[in-house]
Amino acid sequence: MKTGFSVFLVAFVALGASWFGLVYAPLHQLGIEKQTAILQSGDTWPPQRTGDATLGLDVYREYGCAACHTRQVRQTGVANQLELISLGQHQAADFKDFLKSLMVVPELNSFSNTLCGPLAQWDGRLPVTLYFGPDDTVIAALVEKLKPLGIKTDARVVATGADISRGWGLRQSVAADYLYDQPVELGSLRAGPDLTAIGAREPDLNWQLQHLYAPRSVVADSSMPAFRFLFEVRPISGRPAPEALTLKAEFAPPAGMEVVPTPEARRLAVYLLSLKTGAPLYEAPYTPATAAK
Amino acid sequence: MNQTDSNSAAVNEIDASCRVPLLALFGGAALWLVLGVALGIAAALSFHAPDMFANCPGLTYGHAQAAANDLLLYGFAIPAALGVVLWIFARLSRAPLALPMVPLAGANLWHLGVLLGTLGILLGHSTGYPWLEYPRPAAVLLFAAFLLVAISAAATLGFRADRELYPSHWFLFSALLWFAWTYSTANLFLLSGHPPRGVAQAVIAWWFANNNLFVGLALFGIGIAFYFLPKFAGRPLAGSGYTLFAFLTLILFGAWCGIPQSAPVPAWLPATSAFAALLSFIPVLALSIVAWKTLFGSGFRLGGGPAGFILFGVLSFAASAFLYLAEACPRYSRGVDFTWFGFGVTQWQLLGFIGMILVGAIYEILPRTMAKPLPAPALARLSFYLFAIGILLYVIPLLIGGVEQGLKLRDFHVPFAAASAAALLFLRVSTTGQLLVLLGSLCLLLNVLIMTIQWKLGLLKTVIAAIKAPLVTGEVKS
Repeated sequence: MKTGFSVFLVAFVALGASWFGLVYAPLHQLGIEKQTAILQSGDTWPPQRTGDATLGLDVYREYGCAACHTRQVRQTGVANQLELISLGQHQAADFKDFLKSLMVVPELNSFSNTLCGPLAQWDGRLPVTLYFGPDDTVIAALVEKLKPLGIKTDARVVATGADISRGWGLRQSVAADYLYDQPVELGSLRAGPDLTAIGAREPDLNWQLQHLYAPRSVVADSSMPAFRFLFEVRPISGRPAPEALTLKAEFAPPAGMEVVPTPEARRLAVYLLSLKTGAPLYEAPYTPATAAK
Repeated sequence: MNQTDSNSAAVNEIDASCRVPLLALFGGAALWLVLGVALGIAAALSFHAPDMFANCPGLTYGHAQAAANDLLLYGFAIPAALGVVLWIFARLSRAPLALPMVPLAGANLWHLGVLLGTLGILLGHSTGYPWLEYPRPAAVLLFAAFLLVAISAAATLGFRADRELYPSHWFLFSALLWFAWTYSTANLFLLSGHPPRGVAQAVIAWWFANNNLFVGLALFGIGIAFYFLPKFAGRPLAGSGYTLFAFLTLILFGAWCGIPQSAPVPAWLPATSAFAALLSFIPVLALSIVAWKTLFGSGFRLGGGPAGFILFGVLSFAASAFLYLAEACPRYSRGVDFTWFGFGVTQWQLLGFIGMILVGAIYEILPRTMAKPLPAPALARLSFYLFAIGILLYVIPLLIGGVEQGLKLRDFHVPFAAASAAALLFLRVSTTGQLLVLLGSLCLLLNVLIMTIQWKLGLLKTVIAAIKAPLVTGEVKS
């Protein structure tokens, strides 16, 4: 490293290599992405946002919501789940005995503890989970034996992980989910909960608006700052405005006044409602609830 | 470089040549540091009393924290580092600063860009990309200003008397290339009219953030520290082979880190980053060993002076880089992802590592370039303790709180609000640390400000004397 040129060359090669790997290659792999097919469906993912939802993304950016909220769900794995839906003409006690008798089947033999153990305390209520785990041969073997008897089961693929269990989504987030976001704001801190599927968790526009105006009026232990500047508190002239918020007494404005959301607040709320659970994709499969048979 | 001290007339001339641009760079940097820390406190207040800014759109957490982060990086760290680089290059070249008016123009342009960018964020014009929040006009100004300063630095390097390059040269010269390349690439792709679709945007922003907060700051900080440490220790830098090895591995491996393990991108990206992070432990370890071998047993004393600042900075580099790289390990990242931990590590890098090294360097350089002692040396010594205690009190609760929050987030039986509340306690403790850092940065600002005013008054006196004195005596006689 005697000359300035050699230092320049080394630094240029080092940074150039990382530019090639972490900028150029992702641009070519991800920067030209298109909509993808939803599993077992003719539809494509993600849906294009419209109207206020598109404008609401800009409000989300403007006030830096991503500083406290992520929009990405993690998943630790996938599991196969078999649920018992209906026993047909059979009794619960008979079913337990029948299941025990099935354990001689070679595919089921090694699972006798997992299958019969939890069912010992079962009171007959439906649906009940028969199997939850990584194996799928056990599910195929069970379904084969139960179907001829008119016993209905539901075999599903489910994502696992703390984020999924918290109800933040049905599967992990994947690159395809952000196709229509501009800018893409994934967030890096969960001072507040993940918002990937907030529109599915709280699908009521009024709830969203009340939550923005006075977070603790709907979530008692929330630590979110109130965004009162997105609302107008004004005297009621004649009749109350139809879009005025209905608030609990302790958060309501003084008598004769009403709280009306500004267009910005409405756009943000509509954007939040547009954030729905991701559809099952090739790279992130799960069995959606509506597909149960 | 100890030879430079022998020829004191030349040294004074070199120092004086840096005076004007350095005053502009350091003065603005000190002011932005105070504002950045103050805005950080304003942001933290949202967690003490959530409805404090309910009617004030400018100071929502999202605005205040983004503006505070950018003020620390673009307002304080980079201009201050550029000033130190100009001085070190001039000293190492044993030549006066080349084109001194160009970096002066650059400094003013830079500070204008930071002002525009900060106002832009507070008024809601943030771009939404972490660490690249400044809107386009501000970003263009910053890039142009950077080039002006870098041209002068490169010219000074070119005019060096001794062709041999010192390790600081490698680090600081690469740091200039690093910022110019990453800042232009990121802004061209993300803020142009047609940004790439989807998560490619996030990948570019992560690449930029890693190459500035980790590699870029390491190049600046270690380059500066490796200039000063041998002077404080009174002996040359230990093991230049080690240093070269550390430099090469840092730029080769470090540049590939930064894609979070949980990122919703194709798996090869986070996997590459995790492997790069593993390899990046090598340069961090090697650099720490070089610093240790240079200092250990040299009679180097830690005190409130510049040496203390720089030693604290080097120790912070080792610790914060270690935590930063450990975050990329898939096993640990699952525990601390999306918590205050990552935020704490970044603040440690910005304030504890590069911040401390730069404040120490400013205290060391400013009296030399101005040819007079610091106006308030007691405050400077006090500020070391304020910074050191403040930074530890700010960062360590965030790290512990982050782990606590992460463990609770992982267990879905713990309600989300309980996980947040666990971190809230630590967050509130950390605000006291921020207050101490604010006091420390006020001490720095006061020293720089008084020096600037004294210098301007001196200039004014010279001008007045020049107008008055010769006219009376000279005119009459002729």
